[in-house]
Amino acid sequence: MPPAWETIIGLETHVQLRTKSKMFCGCSTAFGAPPNTQVCPVCLGLPGALPAPNGAAIGLAVRGALALGCTVHPKSIFARKNYFYPDLPKGYQISQFDQPLATSGTLSFLSPERGIINAGVVRLHLEEDAGKSIHDRFAKATAVDLNRSGVPLIEIVGGPDLRSPAEARAYLLTLKQLLEYIGISDCDMEKGSLRVDANVSVRRAGETALNTRTEVKNINSFAFVEKALTVERDRQIALVESGGSVTQQTMLYDSRENTVRPQRSKEESHDYRYFPEPDLPPLVLTPEFVAEQQSELPELPAQKRERFVASYALSREHAAVVTNSRAVADYYENVVRAGAEPQAAANWVMTEALADAKDYQDQLRVAPGALAQLIALVKGGTLSHQAAKKVFGEVAAKGGDPRTIAESLGLIQVGDSNVVSGWVTDVLGAHAPEVGRYKNGETKLMAFFLGQVMRASKGKADPKLAQRVLEEKLAS
Amino acid sequence: MSDAPAKAVADRLVKAKRLNALLTPPKDLRKSLSAQAAAARPTGVLYGMPVAVKDNICTLEFTTSCGSRILEGYRSPYEATAVAKLKAAGALIAGKTNCDEFAMGSSTEHSAYGRVLHPLDKTRVPGGSSGGSAALVAAGAVPAALGSETGGSVRQPAAFCGVVGIKPTYGRVSRWGLVAFGSSLDQIGVFGRSVHDAARVLSVISGRDPRDATCEDRDPLRLPTVPESLQGFVIGLPREYFPAELDPAVRRACDRAVRHLKDLGASVREVSLPHTPYAVPTYYVIAPAEASSNLARYDGVRYGPRFDGHADVRSLYRTTRGQGFGPEVRRRILVGTYVLSSGYYDAYYRRAQQMRSLIAQDFRNVWDRGVDLLFTPTVPTPAFKAGEKLADPIAMYMSDVFTVTANLAGLPAMSLPIGRVKGLPIGGQLIGQAFLEDEMIEAAYALERVVPATDEA
Repeated sequence: MPPAWETIIGLETHVQLRTKSKMFCGCSTAFGAPPNTQVCPVCLGLPGALPAPNGAAIGLAVRGALALGCTVHPKSIFARKNYFYPDLPKGYQISQFDQPLATSGTLSFLSPERGIINAGVVRLHLEEDAGKSIHDRFAKATAVDLNRSGVPLIEIVGGPDLRSPAEARAYLLTLKQLLEYIGISDCDMEKGSLRVDANVSVRRAGETALNTRTEVKNINSFAFVEKALTVERDRQIALVESGGSVTQQTMLYDSRENTVRPQRSKEESHDYRYFPEPDLPPLVLTPEFVAEQQSELPELPAQKRERFVASYALSREHAAVVTNSRAVADYYENVVRAGAEPQAAANWVMTEALADAKDYQDQLRVAPGALAQLIALVKGGTLSHQAAKKVFGEVAAKGGDPRTIAESLGLIQVGDSNVVSGWVTDVLGAHAPEVGRYKNGETKLMAFFLGQVMRASKGKADPKLAQRVLEEKLAS
Repeated sequence: MSDAPAKAVADRLVKAKRLNALLTPPKDLRKSLSAQAAAARPTGVLYGMPVAVKDNICTLEFTTSCGSRILEGYRSPYEATAVAKLKAAGALIAGKTNCDEFAMGSSTEHSAYGRVLHPLDKTRVPGGSSGGSAALVAAGAVPAALGSETGGSVRQPAAFCGVVGIKPTYGRVSRWGLVAFGSSLDQIGVFGRSVHDAARVLSVISGRDPRDATCEDRDPLRLPTVPESLQGFVIGLPREYFPAELDPAVRRACDRAVRHLKDLGASVREVSLPHTPYAVPTYYVIAPAEASSNLARYDGVRYGPRFDGHADVRSLYRTTRGQGFGPEVRRRILVGTYVLSSGYYDAYYRRAQQMRSLIAQDFRNVWDRGVDLLFTPTVPTPAFKAGEKLADPIAMYMSDVFTVTANLAGLPAMSLPIGRVKGLPIGGQLIGQAFLEDEMIEAAYALERVVPATDEA
């Protein structure tokens, strides 16, 4: 990007709350059921049906608001957002408008360009999802699946505080991490449980006013966030540089072509005619309810990371990796609690454990106690690091006790000086010329002898003991 | 229960067929009544009592068309809470009654299935929108019926037909299964030939329902006993409800009823509800606004008939809604869409909500001065002629001038017959305090015993 331009981005993120039932009825929210099987008069919008709010969804939304440092309002108002669409069965969506659940929060994230940024959260509100229109299932017809109709969502509206597509991606990943940490959503973009729209504008460096923005939609995957925003930013800059001006409109991102196109004007220009939802009384939250949600919040990622730096003397980078997900952080702490030295535990978790988890659907297959034992075996000289990696793989695949497995694989280091002495004698006997050179001052040959001893012992010789015996014999 | 009572009930309803008050075909009615009678719980407090149900209340037994083409033949897969409670109490659901389309109207002339005839004068309207229910009760075809109110749709036809009609406090009866018109105003109401018939049906259908978030968490209404006198009752006469242009016969009937209230020992005093003149305009902003949203779901996509001539989804909406809705419904959707539009919201919808608060405050001010109940005429005139107001929507709307206030304020109100003029019934209205239906019904019991309801005023 030419430095003469500044990009302004604000994200609107829709997050599906992790509830068993829908926002205003008892239907299941489970993903992947046959079309139109998780429906009832309420989410089908049948005549005479009425919404009844789901307390669990409200609790999760409040938790999300608290985790983002928002002010949670004791009274908020549900509102109807009116528009016609075949997958919107009532002809309106129940949402919140001028009195949302929560306002004025922040999300602290690490910008790849500017360091730690506190991005504003303008508002967080509750709403229900629409159904799904399926355009490619039947020829010349659109099918409608209402299983998703009425699924609870929160919309998190971020301020215009992001300055690059890469920053937007970092913000979104941090938001996802936070929401997963507090357990209110699975944040799976592919399943549609996290959706993001972006407001994008550009201005010349030094300008302070915000210019006309566009809204980029149809960003269906994390992989596309940066690409879509880059395309739109570049389009706007090129437009303005060639003397044009940006029109306020919705741009749809096409991931196959990596392009954006304006949404047909027929599809937008909505006057949503918001008004207070008369079927629902104001949502009143007692201080007790809010306090209860606060007490349900776990330690948040940033707090955990700083605590790991302080308690376990990890570098901030290592702490960030280990606390990236709550499951890994909990695992790490259990390994340390089982007696492992914190830095060694971090090294093992960041390498072997995470690599293995990546291949097995994020499962941490080696029990924390077993990993701690493995680390102890290396530290105590019973296993070489190489041998320990082999044992890790075995324990991961088959379970069991690391020492027993190491023994059965014949990987236990031999610390008996008589045995080691025998291997050393054999090696020195077989390499008389090298012994001569060593004695003439080529001491760097020690590494060669040690390698030969390890080879002769098939890796079982305790390296420290072998070196000591080598030094003794070569000195005589 | 043997089949004989079910047959007798059906016979009486079929005999009233000329009124066009019942939308259920006789064959379906007979079949269902006989099945219901066989299944009815003999221990229920309404065991064997036939109750007709307005066509905008969902029933499993019969179609629910809301008097509209757009729901012609629509059968609900679930039933309204009020209907389920009636059945649990042993009542028989005695068919679906004709009404103005989606309850929008004051005469039943806006029903897609033709108007209901006034039982005493077929050239006149029975009132509306619950005119079919009122007419059937007045004709003696059923002892009680359910109606619904958004702005007087039970009390006005009750007054026109000479029966008792009660609109409970907003939140007293679950709206689950009542097809929405103006959700913040809608409430199921009851008709009875006597105060007691209406009140006992109301008591059965009232009470908490987790499926309606606006339904109060309260026990069902407990019926009061019939009082010896109204000693200790303070009854207010709001001067705005007795304007100079009030029909003289209506005024005479009211004066006579007031004399009876005084004779019963009530203390009667004039009061003022100064914002009353704004009630009809306020109502005709709020109710259409909510209706425009509530009726958006009738688009031909999921249920109900589709009308020909659509090439894409937009034209499907246009043909279905253009042909499926009648002119009055279309008018209100247009008005409602307009008043909610950006740029007009503040001038209309917001101001109407502010006025609604002032109207509710008027009532609280009166209660705060020690008044227990208000007495007023229910409607400014007796039943008008069919066609008389059809060309003039505003004249039709003015028929609601004394009734919309209770809906705007969410208060319980009822109409009972207090006399006749040239053979046509006149209704007197009692308006009570929120959730004090028992006091209102107590006064109605006392007045009903002494007022010459069928005598000329």
